[in-house]
Amino acid sequence: MNFEFSDEQKLLKDQASGFLKENCPLVSVRDIVDDDALSYDKTLWAKIGEMGWTSTTIPEEYGGLGCSYLELSVIAEELGRSLAPTPFSSSVYLATEAINVAGSDQQKNTWLPKLATGEIIGCVAVAEAKGQITPASLATESNGSTLSGTKIPVADGDVADFSIVFVRANIGDGASAYIVDLTQSNVERESIRTLDPSRSQAKITFTDANCELLGKEGEGWSLLQKINNTAAVLFAWEQVGGSEHCLEMAKAYALDRIAFGRPIASYQAIKHKLANVYVKNTIAKSNCYYGAWALSTNDKELPVAAASARISAIQAYYFASKENIQVHGGMGFTWEFDCQFFYRRSKQLAVNIGSELVWQDKLISAIELDRAS
Amino acid sequence: MDFNDTPKEAEFRIEVRTWLEANAPTESELRDMEPMASSKLWQKRKYDAGWACLRWPKEYGGRGASAIEQVIYSQEEAKIQTPDNVFMIGQGMCAPTMMAWATEEQKREYVPAIASGEKVWCQLFSEPAAGSDLAALTTKAERDGDDWIINGQKIWTSGAHYSDYGVIVLRTDPTVPKHKGLSYFFFDMKSEGVETRPIKQISGASNFNEVYFTNLRVPDTQRLGKVGQGWEVALTTLMNERASIGSGGGGGVNFNRLFKLAQDVNINDKPAIKNDVVREKLANWYVQESGLKFTGHRTLTALSRGELPGPENSIGKLVGAPKSQDMASFGLDLLEQSGAIWDDEYSDFRGLYQTSYMSSPAIRVAGGTDEIMANIIAERVLGLPQEVRVDKGIPFNEIPTSSSVK
Ligand SMILES: Cc1cc2nc3c(=O)[nH]c(=O)nc-3n(C[C@H](O)[C@H](O)[C@H](O)COP(=O)(O)OP(=O)(O)OC[C@H]3O[C@@H](n4cnc5c(N)ncnc54)[C@H](O)[C@@H]3O)c2cc1C
Repeated sequence: MNFEFSDEQKLLKDQASGFLKENCPLVSVRDIVDDDALSYDKTLWAKIGEMGWTSTTIPEEYGGLGCSYLELSVIAEELGRSLAPTPFSSSVYLATEAINVAGSDQQKNTWLPKLATGEIIGCVAVAEAKGQITPASLATESNGSTLSGTKIPVADGDVADFSIVFVRANIGDGASAYIVDLTQSNVERESIRTLDPSRSQAKITFTDANCELLGKEGEGWSLLQKINNTAAVLFAWEQVGGSEHCLEMAKAYALDRIAFGRPIASYQAIKHKLANVYVKNTIAKSNCYYGAWALSTNDKELPVAAASARISAIQAYYFASKENIQVHGGMGFTWEFDCQFFYRRSKQLAVNIGSELVWQDKLISAIELDRAS
Repeated sequence: MDFNDTPKEAEFRIEVRTWLEANAPTESELRDMEPMASSKLWQKRKYDAGWACLRWPKEYGGRGASAIEQVIYSQEEAKIQTPDNVFMIGQGMCAPTMMAWATEEQKREYVPAIASGEKVWCQLFSEPAAGSDLAALTTKAERDGDDWIINGQKIWTSGAHYSDYGVIVLRTDPTVPKHKGLSYFFFDMKSEGVETRPIKQISGASNFNEVYFTNLRVPDTQRLGKVGQGWEVALTTLMNERASIGSGGGGGVNFNRLFKLAQDVNINDKPAIKNDVVREKLANWYVQESGLKFTGHRTLTALSRGELPGPENSIGKLVGAPKSQDMASFGLDLLEQSGAIWDDEYSDFRGLYQTSYMSSPAIRVAGGTDEIMANIIAERVLGLPQEVRVDKGIPFNEIPTSSSVK
C-alpha cells in the first residue's frame, strides 16, 4: 500500500502550479469573463499545448506522452485551482478519451496527434434540453453518414474543431456516437451566455452534417458512461483544486478583516465554518486519490470510486465557494472581488457531466451491481 | 500510488489471517464466560503469540511492526467475531504516555501487562467542572515527603470500576496560570482512598463512573514529567486518544448494514433501496465513509515515518461521530413502526439500530466534543487565532470555573 503520488508526480504538480500562477493569474480569468467576445484564453491554451499537458495520456504512437491518469490528475488539480479558462476538460478528459477508447486506428491517427499538441480542440455534445439526458430523450438522429438535430449546451462547442455527438439509436443501448467536423457548412453554432463566462458553451444545430461513426452503433451510451467515469475523477480533481483555493482566500480575508475589535477569524462561527470547509475538502480529496488510482489501474472499483470522487467534490466545491462569499461579507457579492468566479465554476463543473443527483443514483446502482455478484 | 498490498504485505496478511483462523476463540469456548474474562482470554492469546499491540517495541510487549502491518492486522481481525476490546484506553492512550514519559524500569514493569491484557488501565482527566476546559480541573495533589496526597473528584471515567491502574492529571499549584499548575501521575486504582461509583447512561449501561479521592497516597516516583509539566504530558495522552477514537467504529451501524437493511424493507411495496431519497442519503454516507477511510490511509504514510498522529486526525471523529448517529436514526426510520421496539426478543438485528441510536450521542462528546474538534482543526490545522480568552495569564485561583460560580 502506498497512498501518495510519486516524487516525479509531485514535481509535475509543482511545475504546473508555478506555470499557472505566472500564466493564469485571476486577472486573466477576469479578462475572459468581462469580454463577451472572448471564449477562452488562447495564449494560455497555446502554452498548455507546448507544455504537453494536452498529450498526457495519449499513447506515444499517436504523438502523446503515454503517461498515466495520475499525472493528468495532478495537472487537473492545478487547472482547477487556477480556474484556467481553457477548453481543457472538453478536449482532454472527454473528446480525446472518447477517441482513445472507441476510435479505429485510422480515427486515432487522424485526431490524436493533433489533440496531443493542442492545435485542434475537441468537445462532446450530449444535452438537448433541460433535465437529465437519457438515450430515450435524445432527438438528434443519424442515417450513418449524416446527422441532424440541435445540441444545447455544448461546453466549448463554439471554439472546438470537432465534436463527439451522441444521437438516438434504435438498437443496443439506445445511442450512437459520431465524430463531426464542426467547421463544415452544415453546422451552425452560436456562443451562448453562461453562468460561468470563463467557460464557454454553445448551441449547435446540425443539418445533414457529415459524420463518422465512433465505435459501434448502439454502443454510444456505454461509451459515454465510460468516458464520464474517467472525466468524473478528473473533474473532481479540478473541483478539489478550486475548493482549496476558496479556503485559502476565505482564511486570508478572515485573518485580515477586523470586526468588534478583533479579526473575524477569531470568531467561532467563522472558525467552524472554515473547519467544515477543510473537512469537506479533505473527504473529497481522499476520494479523489482513490479515484485516480482506480482510473490509473483500470480497477473494477472504478465506477464506485469515480462516483464517490465526483459526489464529494461537487459537495465540497459548492460549500467552499458559497461560504467563501459569506466570509467576505458584502465584498464577496461585488463584481470586483474574485469570489464569484469560484462560485460560478463550482456549478459549471457540478452539472457538466451529470449532476450530483445523477451520480448519487449511479453510485448506488454500482454498489447494487457489486453486491449482487 | 498503489492501494493494493505489496507482495510483502500480502504475505503478511496471509500470515495474520492464518493465525486468526486457527486461534480466534470459538463460541463454545466463550459460552458462560463473563465479558471481561473472554476479553482477557483473547488478549492474552494474542499477546503470547506476538499479535498484541503490534507497533510497540518488543521489549514492551509489542512486535515492532510497521503502521501498515498494524492496519492489515486490524482489518483482518475486524473480519472475524472476537470478544469486545476493553483495553482500548490502556493500550491506545495510557501505554503510549508511559512509553513517552516513564522511566525505563517503569516501562518494562507496567507496559507489557497492558499489552497482554492482564492489567486494565483507565484515564482520569475529566471533572465535574472541567471537561472541554480540562485545564480547569481542581482535584489537588499536595506533597508529603516522598508521596503526594490526593483529594477531590473525577467524573466520566470509563472502566474505572474494573481498572487496575489509572493515569490522572492533578492540580499541584493553584497560584499559577491554569495550564502551569498541573502534574501527571499514574496510580493503583485498588489503593485506599479511591471510591468508584457507577453512573447510569442514557443507553442504560454504566460504562463510566465518578471516582472520589480521600487522602489517596501516590508515591512521587509515579509522577510522569516534571511538577507543573502535567499539561504537556496530558497532551500526549489526548493526541493518542484522538487517533484511537477516530479510527474506532461507530457503534455497529455502517454503510454495509444500512444498505442491506434498505434492500430488505419496503417503501410503497418496493425495496427501500429503489427509493430516490434513500439512494441519495446512502450515497452521501458512502462517500463520507470512503473519504474517511482513504484519509486514514493517507495519514498512514505519515505514521509509517514514525510521526505522531497530528491534529488532522480530528476529522475522523468530527465526521464519523455525527454520521453514526444519523445513520442509526435513519435505520430506525427504515424500520418504520418496529423502529420503536427495543427488546431482545422482538427487535430486528438484536436492536442494533436502537442501541446505536442511544449510544452514538456519546461519541460526539467523549474524547473532545464536535465543537472542540472543529476548534482544533481551525486553530491547529488552519492556523486561525484562538477565541479571546478571559483566563489567560491569570492565576488559577482567581478565575471563575463552573465549580466556583454558583
Ligand atoms: C461515553 C463517555 C466516556 C468518557 N470517558 C472518559 C474517560 O474515560 N476519562 C475522562 O477523563 N473523561 C471521559 N469522558 C469525558 C469527556 O472527555 C467530556 O465529557 C468531554 O470532554 C466534554 O466535557 P463536558 O462533559 O464537561 O462538557 P462541557 O465541556 O461542559 O461542554 C458542554 C458543551 O459546551 C461546548 N463547549 C465547551 N467549550 C467550548 C468552546 N470552547 N467552544 C465551543 N463550544 C464549547 C461543548 O462542545 C458541549 O457542547 C467521557 C465522556 C463520555 C460521554
